[in-house]
Amino acid sequence: MISLEKRQQPSQVITAITPLIAVALTMIVGGILFSFYGADPVESIRVIFWDPMFNQQFAGFTRPQLLVKAGPLILIAIGLSIGFRAGIWNIGAEGQYIVGAICGAGAGLAFYPSESPLIFPLMILCGALGGLAWAMIPAFLKVRFGTNEILVSLMLVYVAQNILISVSTGLLRNPEGMGFPGSRNFKQWDAAHNAEIIANTGMHWGVVAAFIAVIGAYVMMARHIQGFNIRLSGEAPRAARFAGVNPGRVVFLCLGLAGLLAGLAGLFEVTGPAGQVSGQFNAGYGFTAIIVAFLGRLHPIGILLAGLLMALTYIGGELAQLMLGLPGAAIQLFQGMLLFFLLATDVFTNYRLRFGKREVLS
Amino acid sequence: MKRRTLLTTTAAATAMALSFGSAALAEAEVTAGFIYIGPPGDGGWTYEHDQARQKMEAHFDGKVKTVYQENVPESADAERAITQMALSGADIIFTTSFGYMDPTNAVAAKFPNVKFEHATGYKREHPNVTTYSARFYEGRAIQGHIAGKMTKTNKIGYIASIPIPEVIRGINSAYIHAKRVNPDVEFSIVWLYTWFDPAKEADAARALIENGADVVLQHTDSTAPQAAAQEAGGVITFGQASDMYDYAPMPRVSSIIDDWAPYYIERVQAVIDGTWESQDTWDGIGKGMVGIGEITDAVPADVKAEALAMKDALASGEYHAFTGPINKADGTAWLAEGETASDGDLLGMNFYVEGITAEVPN
Repeated sequence: MISLEKRQQPSQVITAITPLIAVALTMIVGGILFSFYGADPVESIRVIFWDPMFNQQFAGFTRPQLLVKAGPLILIAIGLSIGFRAGIWNIGAEGQYIVGAICGAGAGLAFYPSESPLIFPLMILCGALGGLAWAMIPAFLKVRFGTNEILVSLMLVYVAQNILISVSTGLLRNPEGMGFPGSRNFKQWDAAHNAEIIANTGMHWGVVAAFIAVIGAYVMMARHIQGFNIRLSGEAPRAARFAGVNPGRVVFLCLGLAGLLAGLAGLFEVTGPAGQVSGQFNAGYGFTAIIVAFLGRLHPIGILLAGLLMALTYIGGELAQLMLGLPGAAIQLFQGMLLFFLLATDVFTNYRLRFGKREVLS
Repeated sequence: MKRRTLLTTTAAATAMALSFGSAALAEAEVTAGFIYIGPPGDGGWTYEHDQARQKMEAHFDGKVKTVYQENVPESADAERAITQMALSGADIIFTTSFGYMDPTNAVAAKFPNVKFEHATGYKREHPNVTTYSARFYEGRAIQGHIAGKMTKTNKIGYIASIPIPEVIRGINSAYIHAKRVNPDVEFSIVWLYTWFDPAKEADAARALIENGADVVLQHTDSTAPQAAAQEAGGVITFGQASDMYDYAPMPRVSSIIDDWAPYYIERVQAVIDGTWESQDTWDGIGKGMVGIGEITDAVPADVKAEALAMKDALASGEYHAFTGPINKADGTAWLAEGETASDGDLLGMNFYVEGITAEVPN
């Protein structure tokens, strides 16, 4: 008989290695799945995990793209992880990301075609404030009226999407766009373009911001009193209150930080890789970042690695479609497996397997 | 299947996958790539592009290899997908959705030796970019005529996608011809802001039907509205982009079929011959790029005869779908008696014609 037995203490070792086990299991089961499509399993796993970094033909392009794809994921996931540690479930990063992009882009476009060097900093500021303001709505409602931040933040994503559609066909529409929706293209306006800092490295300001956020979050959570308060609020809310932590302030801090970082990510994306405000520029980074935050164990370094891994499966998945003719749905299934196996192996953090006969109490 | 085995054997041969594209190129003269907005199984827009891809590949009988990537969002991901395709050794790349316009031009700048063909856009910023589209509005005129004759509630529902001139043109063309045969007809237009989302498309169809519409026209890619109409009963629809004959004879009474195969064959032939040049193609019923699917017996014989007569007149150029007198919705005159619309006016169309009570989203 195999049975599960609760551990007295959650295992630190297991917590650290479950992501690796999950990745390994995903590779095995994914390989089997791909073999059903007539692809060589080893080959397909190699295309997904190896080729984006080391294929001679592609890697020169895809390696920098890993950073481009991982940057916003990491930036948003860092903000979310802080809230998650405090037990504040902000599911609406996608909305904060969109509103940040709209506010930042709008602030810049108001000065078109100025080439002032102040434009881009102003856009960054407005992007951050836009995301922050959008996150303040669920924060305020939670603190003042006790509403559930999961529902409110999620619903605000749909509101943000409708605002995005409205501005891309109205307020921010490119007046020279022949009646087509979408703003001016920031790639063709140097003062507002979030270009690569060093050519062909994928390093744009959003990626830099993501790295800064990782370090900042690490220092705050490990060394700063606010980090302690946040962790305490999540792990022992009553103890936190006795210790004089103001729960309302923690809500504002956590949602505010998450909104700010998501807003920044949106602004950097819209002025860089996406190039223009359009109804489709958001691509779901705010939701994927939730997976990244958990895959990274809500730890800043873990999130950094998880973001890169997630980016790898995206880009590798595209290469697999292109080179092996695998259907897109199979790739999505493969990515879903990663989270599934992570959650499944998570059981072993708190439980251990016990072999042998179950003791029967008589 | 043939393509997959070809690729995998090539892959096995070059064990470390050092040069995918070039190894494959040794066997085929030209590689043609396709970027799809949805899955080839959407039964509509992407399905027809994929059918045309297969016909083109079969036509060249081994001389041309094709690759494709499905479900590519119209976000920063598009630029990466197109770049990867160019890097993989594609000689000509067809990007088959409007939102790929700026990404296509951006990638074209980096790969001057690769030919790019963007469907339904207007930007040809580089000598290696061509645009192509079809005069779908000619088919809409026939639809409008049948719809106006067939409706009993005088309410026609229209599921619109993204407010670009192509879609607005379709609405206007259908309205003008419905109104001409039935002065009491009213259009309800629902904007979904997506090309492909079966759940949203079905919801929109149900909402329109509940509001009394007994004709549902769609400018989205899936067959979901057809299924919703079938479920409701007593409602007629038209296949969009593809024949959607599975839903005949009711609700689907006819269809607009996009036939891209001759165009793809012609353009790939031009690459083989070395005669490819940047151009703009906009063909209609006359050249066979727009086909009218069989009109079923659910349509009275006299209406069917009128519709077929209109088709012939449109094909020969004897009749233009936008022939005056036509006023704009704001009451200003657009086309005088007998005057026909210029292509310039049609390409940038961002207004409704007189009689449509809604407003173009902006």
